[in-house]
Amino acid sequence: MVGAACALYAARAGLAVAVVDRGPVAGGTTGAGEGNLLVSDKEPGPELDLALLSGRLWADLAEERAEAIEYEAKGGVVVAPTPESLAALEAFAAGQRTAGVLTEPVATDQLHDLEPYLAPGLAGAVHYPQDTQVMPALAAAHLLRASGARLLTGRTVTEVLRARDGSVRGVRTDRGDLYAPAVVNAAGTWGAEVASLAGVTLPVLPRRGFVLVTEPLPRRVRHKVYAADYVADVASDSAALQTSPVVEGTAAGPILIGASRERVGFDRSFSLPVVRELAEGATRLFPFLSQVRALRTYLGFRPYLPDHLPAIGPDPRAPGLFHACGHEGAGIGLSTGTGQLIAQVLAGRTPDLDLAPFRPDRFSEEAA
Amino acid sequence: MNPLDLVRAEPGPAFTVTLDGRDIEVLPGRTVAAALWAEGVTSWRTTRDAGRPRGVFCGIGVCFDCLVTVNDRPNQRACLVPLAPGDTIRTQEGTGHDD
Amino acid sequence: MTDGRHHLAVIGAGPAGLAASLAAAARGIHVTLIDSAAAAGGQFYRRPASGLGARRPRALHHQWRTWERLERGLAEHLEAGTIRHLTDHHVWLVERTEPTIAGAGVGAGASADAGDGDGDGDGDGDGDGDGDGDGEEAEAEPGATRHGATRHGASATHTVPAVPVGDPGFTVHALLGPLQERSVAVRADAVLLATGGYEKVLPFPGWTLPGVVTAGGAQAMLKGGLVVPGRTAVVVGTGPLLLPVATGLAAAGVEVAALVESVDPRRLLRGAGTLAAQPGKVAEGARYAAQLLRHRVPFIHLHTVVEAHGEERLEAVTVAALDPDGRVRPGTERRIPCDTLAVGHGMIPHTDLAEALGCRIDGSKVDVDEEQRTDVPGVWAAGETTGIGGAALSLAEGHLAGWSIAARLSGAEPDARAATRAVKSRTRMRSFAAALDAVYAPPAHWSDQVTDDTVVCRCEEVTGGRIREAVADLGAGDVRTVKLLTRAGMGWCQGRICEPAVAGLVGCEQTPARRLLARPVPLGVLARAGTDDDRTPGAGLPPIPR
Repeated sequence: MVGAACALYAARAGLAVAVVDRGPVAGGTTGAGEGNLLVSDKEPGPELDLALLSGRLWADLAEERAEAIEYEAKGGVVVAPTPESLAALEAFAAGQRTAGVLTEPVATDQLHDLEPYLAPGLAGAVHYPQDTQVMPALAAAHLLRASGARLLTGRTVTEVLRARDGSVRGVRTDRGDLYAPAVVNAAGTWGAEVASLAGVTLPVLPRRGFVLVTEPLPRRVRHKVYAADYVADVASDSAALQTSPVVEGTAAGPILIGASRERVGFDRSFSLPVVRELAEGATRLFPFLSQVRALRTYLGFRPYLPDHLPAIGPDPRAPGLFHACGHEGAGIGLSTGTGQLIAQVLAGRTPDLDLAPFRPDRFSEEAA
Repeated sequence: MNPLDLVRAEPGPAFTVTLDGRDIEVLPGRTVAAALWAEGVTSWRTTRDAGRPRGVFCGIGVCFDCLVTVNDRPNQRACLVPLAPGDTIRTQEGTGHDD
Repeated sequence: MTDGRHHLAVIGAGPAGLAASLAAAARGIHVTLIDSAAAAGGQFYRRPASGLGARRPRALHHQWRTWERLERGLAEHLEAGTIRHLTDHHVWLVERTEPTIAGAGVGAGASADAGDGDGDGDGDGDGDGDGDGDGEEAEAEPGATRHGATRHGASATHTVPAVPVGDPGFTVHALLGPLQERSVAVRADAVLLATGGYEKVLPFPGWTLPGVVTAGGAQAMLKGGLVVPGRTAVVVGTGPLLLPVATGLAAAGVEVAALVESVDPRRLLRGAGTLAAQPGKVAEGARYAAQLLRHRVPFIHLHTVVEAHGEERLEAVTVAALDPDGRVRPGTERRIPCDTLAVGHGMIPHTDLAEALGCRIDGSKVDVDEEQRTDVPGVWAAGETTGIGGAALSLAEGHLAGWSIAARLSGAEPDARAATRAVKSRTRMRSFAAALDAVYAPPAHWSDQVTDDTVVCRCEEVTGGRIREAVADLGAGDVRTVKLLTRAGMGWCQGRICEPAVAGLVGCEQTPARRLLARPVPLGVLARAGTDDDRTPGAGLPPIPR
């Protein structure tokens, strides 16, 4: 997704773009994502700024192709089970408001007007009208098509080519070399591998997540609904399993249920304990789901960096190499802003946001 | 020769279930799908996009085409669910869930 | 475990699962045979429901004597308590669990308890000593066939300190009964996957009309429910299944207007060497030919289905001749009025449980070695799931699996001399299956019939046009990407039906999607799976004594 967005904005900036992927379109984390464009889970800071920029860009893109990419500005509802968690949530929302996020407190008695099937007894919620969803694989495919970039799928980058002076001059693939003065590493969870091909370290690591998908239903869950502890899990550094229920309906009918986080490398094996917790959390939020059947479950690997911020921008250690990866679980949402920023620096313009917090060389060598 | 004669079946007494409120007689042991076929009914749901009729396709529980509502439980596979006296079968539309 | 015996869970009670169960039980293994149907037999030996009182079920079958032998063997082991048969159990997951904890109070057989599926529950005292925990629960299960009840108390009285022993074990999770609203967990030291296969059907315009059924589906409804879908049928497609389906329908009073096969089966005779080793198969073929003649069923070869006609239901089918390249010959179309179209293009192995276990899949089948072992220790596979080859091959493979499991679980090498016959039979049947495979194939250009508005994914109503668009415009080149971009394969059946068609339209290999859940599972069940709460009775079920 991030690669597709980089291709689109770079092409719009007048650059000739080739997109190389060892797999198919949306074959990595994009194809396993839920397509959240969220502001609700982000505290004020550089990531939220990027999310707000990205949200505006998504809205622009959706003007021509909302249906094709299943863009839906449905809003998020963060629920607090207890008065204590509600107080914490409201304080968090107050901070977000000052940073430009639209937030609307929802009292207990209004909660079921927003989400009729929510469990009783919740303390309250905050409604985030800016939270939006797209279908990530469709979004990636349509952005790639709109970019007009050369699409080279099923081609593995085996080397980043460097000139004598150390500058990047293209990539070697298993099916020939591609020459370019700029190479963007948008390899997501596998971004560390591509970085190492250029001789630099970027400590991107996988954080596994499972998603449960239900049978198709009439629209019973209208927003993206999640419990307030999700925000803490997202920001957590723990390697242990964390799950917090995230429930949302889709345009196609099924309900998607997340979110689990665990650092288990690229382990693709099924884990009943994780999926059980997802089901347990979702049925707690929406009791009617107990009778609803899960048709499938799948897993993906979020690309995370130690400080939970992506790497965006030029790499001073390898002139001509740019990074656009490590967005953890927010890559779909943050892709447009990332693409725009990358295109701006590629074209030699001043980026819309200060890239300092996203500097790819901000980690010490030990961190890698 | 009909299938019952072919295997010299001596079924137990038939019982009554309802299909959308209408009584139908069922031989013991038959699934919803078999009972409906015996009644000459070959479709009992419509799809959620095009609203097209569907009934049995694979007959062994793999394809989920024969989904039907039995005793108010939507999306049961008609080819797998055996009937009991008094069961209510309802044809279903779309997702099978009301509202 | 505590009784010193090893516990095997066999999933699937068709020919492979039955043969394996009998072979393993005869060698001292405690077998839990788990199957979704109400009675053993699988698809091949599916028999009328007992309430229908069929006095002569063999009229719908061949190789009946083999079935009688299997049935007798099963009954003897059930009586002796060496095999326990769990009917109406729909397995949705086989979980690899932590090392077995010795000290279980489980008497015998893998315990069909609703609660200890979390891998260490055996040591928690629930079933310890009192012998009531697991036993009572089995009683509460609607589908559990209760045999050899004495096996509980006797060996469940001693408690051994809880220590992890041996290789990791397995927990088989199964939904109960037709409603499938409750799950139970069965623990075992080893698992045999004998999950069989299902029919492949390639799409054509009108194939979603009521009245169009799979050939196997028509046969299953006939064998199990003693019903036929209409008065006039056409049987169409390719493969050895079409003959018994056509003759079965005809014998059951359906006018079979035509049996339309896309290849010329006489090509089989060219592989004379293979056939000469199969006198039984030659006789079988001759018998079918005679039956077709007797029922006046026209056999039309080198033809294919072009379109099924009708508005709300099937009214007719158009078939046409094929040229040597597998294309429809223009001008040869003929329309045959019918209210039933039974169609099949071969079989596909069920591999989902193996995939979730991480077993290596070779193309579309589970990869096994000479002993029917998968590459996951403790997991064996036999029958159609390891490659389509028919009931006789399944029996041989199942027998070999049971023989291997019995030895391996005791830490011994299996005795090769005891398996000579089964190995020979397997070799012979595999080469026969390969010969069939070489002859029977869908027309090379079947996808020519798939118009842009032909539904390909029946569940999500995705058309051929949308799939072609995903390939041509959006860069999809494989089944998974097409699924992501079009939803083909995302519906109730999870792509089991449309996968071969999508692969054909894309022009890529058909590799099964990784289906981690083998069946739809209610979220309420999933939320408790493998925990103590799993014991909570589901709606409409009697409470479980604790």
